[in-house]
Amino acid sequence: MPDTGGSAKGDFGSPRGDPIEAVLTQAPELPPPTKRDYPAKVVVHLEVKEVVLPIADGVDYTFWTFGGQVPGKFIRVRQGDTVELHLQNHPDNKMPHNIDLHAVTGPGGGATSTFTAPGHESQFTFKALNQGLFVYHCATAPVGMHIANGMYGLIFVEPPEGLPPVDHEYYVMQGDFYTVGKYRAKGLQPFDMQKAIEENATYVVFNGSEDSLVGEKALKAKVGETIRLFIGNGGPNLVSSFHVIGEIFDRVYQEGGTRYQENVQTTLVPAGGSAIVEYKIEVPGTYILVDHSIFRAFNKGALGMMKVEGEERKDIYSGKEVDSDYLADKAAPSQAVAKAAEKMKEGELTGDLQIAAGKTLFQGTCSTCHQANGEGIEGVFPPLAKSDFLMADKGRSIEIVLNGLEGSVVVNGKPYHSVMPPMSQLNDDEIANILTYVRNSWGNQGEVVSPAEVQAVREKTARPPGAAK
Amino acid sequence: MKRVVFFIAMIGVCIVAEAEVSPPNMSRVGPGPYRPLYPPTDKEKEIAVDAFFLDRRPVTNTEFLAFVRENAKWRRDKISGLFADERYLSHWTGSLDLGPGADAEQPVTFVSWFAAKAYCESRGGRLPYEAEWELAAAANESSADAKDDPVWQRRILDWYSKPAGRPLGKVGRSVPNYWGVFDLHGLIWEWVYDYNAALVGGDNREQGGTEKLRFCGTGALKASDKNKYADFMRIAFRSSLEARYTVGHLGFRCARDLEDK
Repeated sequence: MPDTGGSAKGDFGSPRGDPIEAVLTQAPELPPPTKRDYPAKVVVHLEVKEVVLPIADGVDYTFWTFGGQVPGKFIRVRQGDTVELHLQNHPDNKMPHNIDLHAVTGPGGGATSTFTAPGHESQFTFKALNQGLFVYHCATAPVGMHIANGMYGLIFVEPPEGLPPVDHEYYVMQGDFYTVGKYRAKGLQPFDMQKAIEENATYVVFNGSEDSLVGEKALKAKVGETIRLFIGNGGPNLVSSFHVIGEIFDRVYQEGGTRYQENVQTTLVPAGGSAIVEYKIEVPGTYILVDHSIFRAFNKGALGMMKVEGEERKDIYSGKEVDSDYLADKAAPSQAVAKAAEKMKEGELTGDLQIAAGKTLFQGTCSTCHQANGEGIEGVFPPLAKSDFLMADKGRSIEIVLNGLEGSVVVNGKPYHSVMPPMSQLNDDEIANILTYVRNSWGNQGEVVSPAEVQAVREKTARPPGAAK
Repeated sequence: MKRVVFFIAMIGVCIVAEAEVSPPNMSRVGPGPYRPLYPPTDKEKEIAVDAFFLDRRPVTNTEFLAFVRENAKWRRDKISGLFADERYLSHWTGSLDLGPGADAEQPVTFVSWFAAKAYCESRGGRLPYEAEWELAAAANESSADAKDDPVWQRRILDWYSKPAGRPLGKVGRSVPNYWGVFDLHGLIWEWVYDYNAALVGGDNREQGGTEKLRFCGTGALKASDKNKYADFMRIAFRSSLEARYTVGHLGFRCARDLEDK
């Protein structure tokens, strides 16, 4: 491939034609290709909004956003375009903001030109001399905090000839978040600057929430289609080891640049950097997007899904794929859980509904240790199936789920010395459903556990230090 | 009985003494040190702030309405565009009518620096200097210097991080601080006389060059205490302002020199 010449060859002269209002999109969607063969003036209106949105189920966070969501709206222009950028700081915001686009050639990347008080608007213009996928972000003091609150997005400067067509283009951007409460501690969670300074992330998520790309919101494709993912990493701190479980990237434009590497398993996406990955899908099923710095995927939320429909290809992959095992506690809330929650609201919750919901929750949260069949692992994880210890005391079983258990216990005549962590991040309904399921499965027979009983134990007992309230 | 009478007498003395010292509804604040986040020179890491009087509460809609009635040129339908942007007092129903969008006891917002300054001067005072405001705001309920109180720091940051799109509280409903001053944190931003003195660049990360006071991106190394995020945010906010700007959660209070100064 010949050298593109960088910025020296990126100026195609004055903008031509009428100014074009840029189409901006929220993740995971992308604006369409420009399909232009001349440099234009492109007008971008970006509105900064400070909003409260869920970062996880039952957990809210005050995000500062370019356009109302994290990540910020996707901007797509062509190399050589002249971009007139308007930054509008919504009157309801408390903070001044600005924007630094890594696609800008010039000191500060636009930050000094766009420093804007709430209720005001700034404007500046730049020529996009370099092609590539670039991060933009807020650079107002304190910069780290503005980025940590979600102030980043992507701008793609297309090469003049565009990119080869694909069936789907998606926008995925990773970010790390720092909250006062622990992972999944419920309620509105404030930013924790100390954790941010220590780079001790509470959440690492794609597209601003651990639920943004799972369940109904999973990315979609069909067998035989080609996919192009525009991956960004806002940081503020962590570098991503981006990986799609069960796929090999046919091409990776590393760091969002021009050259591509082929046949890549995992690509590094720097904080404040990007990558474009392309792959063709041969086998149907659910593909899991992760940061393969893997505790982030299973314990901090860095997990998304791409659901692929189509004919099985047993010649390529034999099957027996089990999503739920791999997903551990990150599985999307199932229909059973949703139905139980709904009936609960209507006051029509039945034991059967609880058992169905509890089964799903159990497979996510508990089966890793106690096993899906409740047998546990002898000498390590106590059994729940036909467990004398479990069934002897309903109140104690609630307490153990809430507060954990440390120290020796004897279950069905065998001693166990493991530590069970407190599961108090689960809400009362969830714990009630899980226990109802556990106490009525694998030969166990007990009465239902109601959310009120869990609530009573939660109020009466203290959580160990560090556990969710 | 004797003791009770004595106690009541003492309260009387206190009230009289207080009244002699402070004008009505003002607290005497300072003297004390102000440690700028960005010391202008190495010798000014700690600036001695003389004692001064400061309004206990931010100026309310009612108080500002009275000022506008007395001084027609500060009405929103009369004010020059040089002195306020188009949002000036836009939360009021009319030029002389608060209406349902502006509670009488809420702090007045959507006021420009020019208007705030004129208000204070009409009342025989002035806007507080940044050093004075920061000295007063460095106190928690029990101590003049609360920099080591993480709970208090946390509370300030929590307010900063909440979106502002909801009705403002009323003035004087918080707990007064060490100096007897209410609402320095948790209600609104406030104008100071020298609001742009810190000269924070629009870009947080510039450093060196001609403007050495500007922030840098590599952890704000010049800041005297890099963990003082709350201070950063106030300075950044003030730096984004121009004197004619008005903002929905930016109000003010007035200060006054001591009589003997």
